[in-house]
Amino acid sequence: MSSGETGERRLGIVGAGRVGTTIARAAIAAGYDVAISGSGGAERIALIVEVLAPGARAVTTEEVVAHSDVIVLAVPMHRFRELPRDLFAGKILIDAMNYWEEIDGVDQELATAPAGTSILVQERFPSARVVKSLNHITYYKFDEGRRPHGAPGRIAMAAAGDDRAAVAAVMQLVDRLGFDAVDAGPLEAGLALEPDGPVFGVSYSADELSSLLWPAASSA
Amino acid sequence: MTTPELELGLDTFGYITVDESGQPLAPDVVIRNYVEEAVLADSVGIDSFNIGEHYRPDFMDSAAHVVLAAIAGRTKRIRLGTAVTVLSTQDPVRVYTNFATLDAVSNGRAQLVVGRGSLTESFPLFGFDLADYEELFEEKLDLLTRLLRDQPVTWSGKFRSPLVNQYVTPALPEGHLPTWVGVGGSPQSVVRAARYGLPLMLAVIGGPPGRFAPLVELYKRALDAYGHAPLPIGMHSHGYIARTDQEAVDIQWPYWKETFEKAALERGWARPTMARFQAERADGSLYIGSPETVATKIAAMMRLLGLSRFDLAYATGRMPHPQRLATIELYGREVIPRVRELLADHPVPPISSSYPAKAVTAPTHV
Repeated sequence: MSSGETGERRLGIVGAGRVGTTIARAAIAAGYDVAISGSGGAERIALIVEVLAPGARAVTTEEVVAHSDVIVLAVPMHRFRELPRDLFAGKILIDAMNYWEEIDGVDQELATAPAGTSILVQERFPSARVVKSLNHITYYKFDEGRRPHGAPGRIAMAAAGDDRAAVAAVMQLVDRLGFDAVDAGPLEAGLALEPDGPVFGVSYSADELSSLLWPAASSA
Repeated sequence: MTTPELELGLDTFGYITVDESGQPLAPDVVIRNYVEEAVLADSVGIDSFNIGEHYRPDFMDSAAHVVLAAIAGRTKRIRLGTAVTVLSTQDPVRVYTNFATLDAVSNGRAQLVVGRGSLTESFPLFGFDLADYEELFEEKLDLLTRLLRDQPVTWSGKFRSPLVNQYVTPALPEGHLPTWVGVGGSPQSVVRAARYGLPLMLAVIGGPPGRFAPLVELYKRALDAYGHAPLPIGMHSHGYIARTDQEAVDIQWPYWKETFEKAALERGWARPTMARFQAERADGSLYIGSPETVATKIAAMMRLLGLSRFDLAYATGRMPHPQRLATIELYGREVIPRVRELLADHPVPPISSSYPAKAVTAPTHV
């Protein structure tokens, strides 16, 4: 079974809004071949992609899936259930979505998900290898916070998932994008990466992020 | 030919403010107080006064057009607008009648910024499903622009009854009721504003303003792609002006902290800290400091992004009325003249080209 990220730098992104185009820009800068889709035909997002993520290719969602073994899901959270259940079969699917009541409406299932919303994403796409990541830093840090591996002051991002090979692949992607990667544990640990969680919206170093996500380990 | 001009305005959400002892004022007092703030704004040369739209116990701005009409009766020059009108949950016909009437009573000073709004209490209040927000905004913007440009209107949509060869009164003189689209940062919203040929207002509550440069570029490219001439672009951000930087920080910080503590709890945002406050002041989107500090920052940002309008969301939070008046005085008398001086050579698209209304001559017997 392919683990996704290794030497080849290809990335697919579903969602051409603020988050999707921002991640696309960071991936292009990291040397990735990026394919990105919005809702509907590629022509609807062509100008957006050309201006906000030059170098990425605006395509259909089916073409995004065919393009890469690693796909970022960055649609408004209330829309993910509209995608076919087996669309991402065998793919590493990075759940970069957050539930925002002001955008997604009142959705009790998402609002009260006891083990985090990524569990619901995994349930929706049972054949995908879901990893929660890229969702917890302020989006403009993807532009301004990128640093080479080992650079001082590098910001960290966490990845949570049950498929450990998939988590390792996402951590490699995070590092290549310009951020230290922290393993947050299983998919349900992704709850800590969500809005209202202990690390959301603030830039931390890898040590700080680890100690917030693994307080017992760091105090031991 | 209208000379290109800058617009430097004020925005308020009608915060429930406190008195000197920290007690919240009654809603009716709050509303009369900000009418006084607008009257002062007019007298010190501020270009516009714009009121938000919320339905919350801490914001007294649920009927902006009524307050604006009261202000109109007591002022001569200042433009009167919204920041923003939550068009998604309004009937565009009613928005048109309210603001075309405001335009009449104010002798042509009405303006609008329409948007989805970033708080969502109006959806359940008026019986709309937030999940429809994209469709709602699209449909209502379509009808509003038709009412502004193409009367009589024949139109049908999903969320209200159709109109057949309909005139809606009062007719607007050509060029009146400039209508901007307010966006938070979604590229799709930027493209939509361009598609409708409406000027763009960016609501920026944090982070370095330079990060909006790609969206400005997207807007310009999209205007061109849709065959529209360049249109003005503006920005709304929070700020407070006092005699010195330190005084401004000392006055604004406790209210800013209180406001964003509440937002952190309600909206899952990161909690406010003094470090973040100071970082936003230095490099981000808080315009807090002495008149020179704030004027320099506004001018630099407008030049960087090629903006022609800036609305200061003044005195964030429950800050008392006297301190609000003080900042309005400094903004009008010192900051705005200094910004104009700093931007004397700054080219901007003529505002006149942004006026969506075409002359409508309704038959008198309809």
